[in-house]
Amino acid sequence: MEKKEIISREKIEHLARLALIDLSEEEKVNISKQLNNILDYFQKLNELDTSNIKPTRHVIDGLKNVFREDIPGKSLTQEEALKNAREKQDGFFKAPRIIKE
Amino acid sequence: MELYNYMGYELIEKIINKEITVSDLIQSTFDRIEATDNLLHSFINLSKDKALKKAKEYDIKIQKGKKVGKLCGLPLANKDLICLKGFPTTCCSKILKGYHPPYNAFVIERLVEQEGAIHIGNTNMDEFAMGSSTENSCYGPTFNPWDISRVPGGSSGGSAASIASGQTILALGSDTGGSIRCPASFCGVVGLKPTYGRISRYGLVAFANSLDQIGSITKCVYDSALLLEIMAGKDPLDSTSVNIKVDKYTAELKKSIDKKILGVPEEFFGEGVNNEVKSSVKNSIKKLESLGGTTVEVTIPHLEYTVATYYLLCMSEASSNLARYDGLRYGKMSQNLKGDVYDVFSRTRNEGLGTEVKRRIFLGTYALSAGYYDMYYIKALKVRTLIKKDFQEAYKKCDFIICPTMPSTAFKIGEKVDDPLQMYMDDVLTCPVNLAGLPAITIPCGFDSNDLPIGFQIIGNYFDEKGILNIGYQLEQELNIYRKTVPAIK
Repeated sequence: MEKKEIISREKIEHLARLALIDLSEEEKVNISKQLNNILDYFQKLNELDTSNIKPTRHVIDGLKNVFREDIPGKSLTQEEALKNAREKQDGFFKAPRIIKE
Repeated sequence: MELYNYMGYELIEKIINKEITVSDLIQSTFDRIEATDNLLHSFINLSKDKALKKAKEYDIKIQKGKKVGKLCGLPLANKDLICLKGFPTTCCSKILKGYHPPYNAFVIERLVEQEGAIHIGNTNMDEFAMGSSTENSCYGPTFNPWDISRVPGGSSGGSAASIASGQTILALGSDTGGSIRCPASFCGVVGLKPTYGRISRYGLVAFANSLDQIGSITKCVYDSALLLEIMAGKDPLDSTSVNIKVDKYTAELKKSIDKKILGVPEEFFGEGVNNEVKSSVKNSIKKLESLGGTTVEVTIPHLEYTVATYYLLCMSEASSNLARYDGLRYGKMSQNLKGDVYDVFSRTRNEGLGTEVKRRIFLGTYALSAGYYDMYYIKALKVRTLIKKDFQEAYKKCDFIICPTMPSTAFKIGEKVDDPLQMYMDDVLTCPVNLAGLPAITIPCGFDSNDLPIGFQIIGNYFDEKGILNIGYQLEQELNIYRKTVPAIK
C-alpha cells in the first residue's frame, strides 16, 4: 500500500530554508522519503486521547525559575571568546555579508 | 594479571600501597590502546604526553606523602561532547572540527581537577549523540571488542568499547534516550544514567535539554558508585541541577536487599525482545529473589508509545539547539563565502552536518513549525505525562523496576544503518527512563549463544541512585561474571 505523503517536495524546501541547511537534490529525495516513513510512525500517538492531559515540559516536580544575585563574576576574556572564530577583526566576530548586494 | 584487567578501586589501593606507580598505570593504558585501537577505534583523540607528564607529577606527590585526590591518577576517557579546556571537542561532527573549549565542564572540574583522574583522550560517538550504534561518527565507526564485526552500541560507543577492552579504567558518557546504557549493554560493562538533575550538565554540549544526562561507564558497580559520589550535586551554572543530598554511594553497596520489592513490567518482555535476552534477565531475577528480593508484576501501559514520543521531543529540541552551529564563532565554516549570510550558513551546515543529524533537524523543525506544533510537539509532551504517570503508579507497588536494557545483543555493523526507524526501535526499553527523568543502571547479566553480552536494567525512583547501585552491586557479586575479559582483539 502506498503510504500517504505527509511532507511534500515543496515542504522539504521550506524546511531547508527554516533550518538553514542547503540540501543537494539527492538528499532532498532521500530525506523526504525517510521523513514520511518516520512521520507515518509518529501518527501512532493519535491513538491516545490526550485532550485532558497537561503537557510535561520539565520532568522533575517542584523546580521553579532559578535566579541568582546580580553580582559580577569570572567570565571569558575577549581574547578567549574570539579564539575559536576563523574570521575576526578589531575584537569582533566577522560575519558574512548580511545586506544583499 | 595485566593492570588493565583490574577494577578501578583495586588500582587505587595498589597506588596508595605503592605496589604500582601512576606512571606504570598510565603507560600500560597507552600500551593497551596502541595494541588494540587500530581494530576497535574507540578513541578519536589521545592526550598521551600530557597524561604521562601528569602521572609523573602525581608519583612525586605520592612519594612526598601529599594527596592527589580520591581517584589517584586513574585513567579517564572522555566522550567527545564534554568540554575539556584546550582539548579538541567536536561531538564527532565535521562542523565542530578545530573547536577547543575555553573552559572545563563541571564533571571534568570534579573528576580531573579536584579528584585526580587523568584524562587520556576523547572517545568516539554518534555525531551529536544521535544514534544507537556509533556508526554516525564523522570519524567512522567503533567496533565491539567482543566481536569486531558488530557495533558497540551508541551513542557513547567509544567509551563503552574502551572500558570493555581495558583501554581505560573510567569513562564518561551522556544519555538522552539510552546513549550510556545501550553501549554498556552491548559491550558487557556497567552504565549509569542518573536522575535528571543529579549531575550538572555545565559543559555538556546539548542535544535535547529536557532529556540529556551525564553518567559513567565502568567495569563494575563499585567504580560507578565512586564516580557518582564525586560528580553528583548542585551546580549554580546548571539551573536544572537539583540540591538533594548526595549519598555515600560506595558505603551502601553491601547492604542486604532483603524485602526490597522489585517490579517486573511485562511490557518490557514483549515480542520485540530476543528470547535469549529474556531468559538471561529472568535468570537474574531469580538470583535477586534468592538474595531476598520480592518480585511483583507491574505495568507500564504506554510503553509502546515511548519511541514516537521520545523521537518527537528529542528531534524538536535538537533542531532548536543545533541552530547555533553556523561556523561563525567556532567550528568549521564553508570555504565558499559566496552570497549573503544565509547562503553561507546554509552551505556551512550542509557541509558540516551528517545525514542523521540533518534528518533529525528537519523532523524537529517540522514538528515545531506553525500549524504542526500542537499536532506533534505538544501531543508528545502530553503523552510524556502519561508515561511519567505509568512509572509513578508502578512505584506505588515496588521499590525498583527490573527488566532488560536492550531488546537484543549487539548487531552487525551496517545492519540497520539504512533504516533509521528500525534503529530508533532499539531505544524502546531505555528511552522511557529519560522521558520520566528516572535513574537507571545496566549491568552485564550473561551472554547469548554468540558469546555476546546481555544487559540487565534496574530503574529506580527519583534520586534513588543509592538503591539501584545497591541492587546492581548485589546482583553483580552473585553472578560473578564481571571479571570476564573480552577475547583477544585481532
